Amino acid sequence: MAKKSFRQAINEALRQEMRRDPRVILMGEDIAGGRGGSAGITDAWGGVLGVTKGLWEEFGDDRVLDTPISEASYIGAAAGAAATGLRPVAELMFVDFVGCCLDQIMNQAAKFRYMFGGKATTPLVIRAMYGGGFSAAAQHSQALYPLFTHIPGLKVVIPSSPYEAKGLLIEAIRDNDPVIFLENKVMYDDEEDVPDEAYAIPFGEANVTREGDDVTIVAIGRMVNMANAAADELEKQGIGCTVIDPRTTSPLDEETILESVSETGRLVVVDEASPRCNMACDISALVAEKAFFSLKAPIRRVVPPHTPVPFSTPLEKLYMPDATKIAAAVRSITSSQKQKVA
Amino acid sequence: MPNTITALTMPKFGLAMTEGKLASWTAKVGQSVQQGDELADIETTKITSSYESPAAGVLRKQVAQAGETLPVGALIGVLADADTPDVDIEAFIKNFHADTPADATATPEANSGEPKLVTVGEHTLNVRDVGTQAGTPLVLVHGFGGDISNWLLTQDALAADRRVIAFDLPGHGASSKNVGTGTLTFLAGVVSDLLQTLKIEKAHIVGHSLGGGIALTLLRDHPDQVASLNLLAPAGLGKDVNADFISAFVESESSRDMKAVLQMLVYNKALVGRRMVDAVLRARRLDGARDALRVIAKACFPNGHQVDDLRPVLAGGAAPTQIFWGKEDEILSVSNASGLPQMIPVKVFEETGHLPQLERATDVNTAIATFVKDPEAALSMARMDATA
Repeated sequence: MAKKSFRQAINEALRQEMRRDPRVILMGEDIAGGRGGSAGITDAWGGVLGVTKGLWEEFGDDRVLDTPISEASYIGAAAGAAATGLRPVAELMFVDFVGCCLDQIMNQAAKFRYMFGGKATTPLVIRAMYGGGFSAAAQHSQALYPLFTHIPGLKVVIPSSPYEAKGLLIEAIRDNDPVIFLENKVMYDDEEDVPDEAYAIPFGEANVTREGDDVTIVAIGRMVNMANAAADELEKQGIGCTVIDPRTTSPLDEETILESVSETGRLVVVDEASPRCNMACDISALVAEKAFFSLKAPIRRVVPPHTPVPFSTPLEKLYMPDATKIAAAVRSITSSQKQKVA
Repeated sequence: MPNTITALTMPKFGLAMTEGKLASWTAKVGQSVQQGDELADIETTKITSSYESPAAGVLRKQVAQAGETLPVGALIGVLADADTPDVDIEAFIKNFHADTPADATATPEANSGEPKLVTVGEHTLNVRDVGTQAGTPLVLVHGFGGDISNWLLTQDALAADRRVIAFDLPGHGASSKNVGTGTLTFLAGVVSDLLQTLKIEKAHIVGHSLGGGIALTLLRDHPDQVASLNLLAPAGLGKDVNADFISAFVESESSRDMKAVLQMLVYNKALVGRRMVDAVLRARRLDGARDALRVIAKACFPNGHQVDDLRPVLAGGAAPTQIFWGKEDEILSVSNASGLPQMIPVKVFEETGHLPQLERATDVNTAIATFVKDPEAALSMARMDATA
């Protein structure tokens, strides 16, 4: 088994599913990109960050479609293609661009199954980059998964590592419902062991990445790494943390979260999405409603402030949740003395 | 006489292990311990296992703290007599860092120990081949749903004086997923082909659970290839198998469910860590893996009953055989070991589940090593013990 980057893992998932199933096609801006012209360049870009590189060369124009800069048209086309027998994987580049094609996602793709009496399936995957920490400024840094999680009929996937990315993307492509697949743009060069073979990770099954008795930390996407780092640091100080990566925010594995909180009695939720109506709110409400009597301390949310993501690097660092902030939140509910001092 | 100071270093469970996490200390500083007493729990990517004291003495210093991950060979603690001055201990720790290479505890081996893919007929098998070329080779056959990591504490320990081969059965681990009819006869045929591919005329076979049934079938169908059998809780000697375990072991999707399933395999439930659960789930998720296991389960033990009765294979004494069983085995009951021909020694371990090679690694390894060195002598020793 070789070490592969997050970028390679996604590329490999797309390639293996395209080889396995001729109905799988790719659509998006510059996903082959920049070919032609007098220099005779082929497949120069492979997407804005090189994730789809090499796929046009293997699968050609019929299956790797560069689209005009018109999200409304190609996301709509992808939804229609899915409803009529293909299995498109459309790339939205930055998830922030969803504003241009929300009707196609929210009111069309997500609703087909329901509006056509269960007779239509929409095996559509929309890949997009999300997240801050890249100095990409307010229009290219949002973590909009709460927006999609809010809409019934969509499945929402946020992988936290290269291994997770490959298995979850394969599952997304094989799923018969529209899936929003969000890749954290800061993680593309992260590496870990990823099997060469195809494998699928089921939706709605949380992954437990650390085990400890004192606190449950639920973290989303890239925040799982931060939570793991915080948990490792806290373990040295005698505070045991269970870290839960839900993998998918819709469906959400409520059982794993509730069971863990019933054992630890404490919950910290880490979410880099804007703090109002985000996953931290949703999961806090779940626990407050169904595990209230297990709680030994208040629920803590580690979230950014309610403001657009700053472009300034020092301000962005201040804005983003990180391991230090997570550890501080855990300490604030594990040491009663400290709580009084604070 | 100078006081003895013993370095406690991060152990190496299998060649793939490069680092381990000190999960917790089970011995306190100042505690007297005997050789073999448990000092700490070490967690690797595959398993949590106890670290046994290499000598008698007093645990004087815990150099590594719980939760710390260190490379194999790194100093984790110091054992010494009670009257060794603290200053000597400190000096020892200081010098240890200076003059001991990180791989001090690594066992010397002829091969790199990295598993390789080997083509055997229409199968691609993941094979880990270690040890020296002298002596009759030994082949390890894992059980249903297992893989080469089941031999984590076995393979290298037996590789001192012979070649030891572990491999993933078809449908398992990193091997290809075609399992044909899924019967013991089919799987034993693959083992026979593997031996030929590796140019091994005759081998000592160690088989665990389903792998024990495969080993017995190999002896039945290809007796010339088998030098001896060491069977750990083998299939084929009784009627029943834990059907709930089989289906949950194949179908569980979540870490929560799989952890509960894996705990049925062992007596000491704490052995099943998050990483072990994760490793099993990762193998299950590979395309074709679950289907392969379903085919084998249906062919070998439909509805909780074993199809094959392999007791007649042992009746003839075709190859020297010894059997190991855990008394608390929840998958194949230890009662399967009764009523066998008298010449076959059966070692039953107390407080042990279905994985004696992990829970009683040292005892199992010693017994196998002695047995394969001279099976006939080992058998007559066993007979003398039985009659004594």
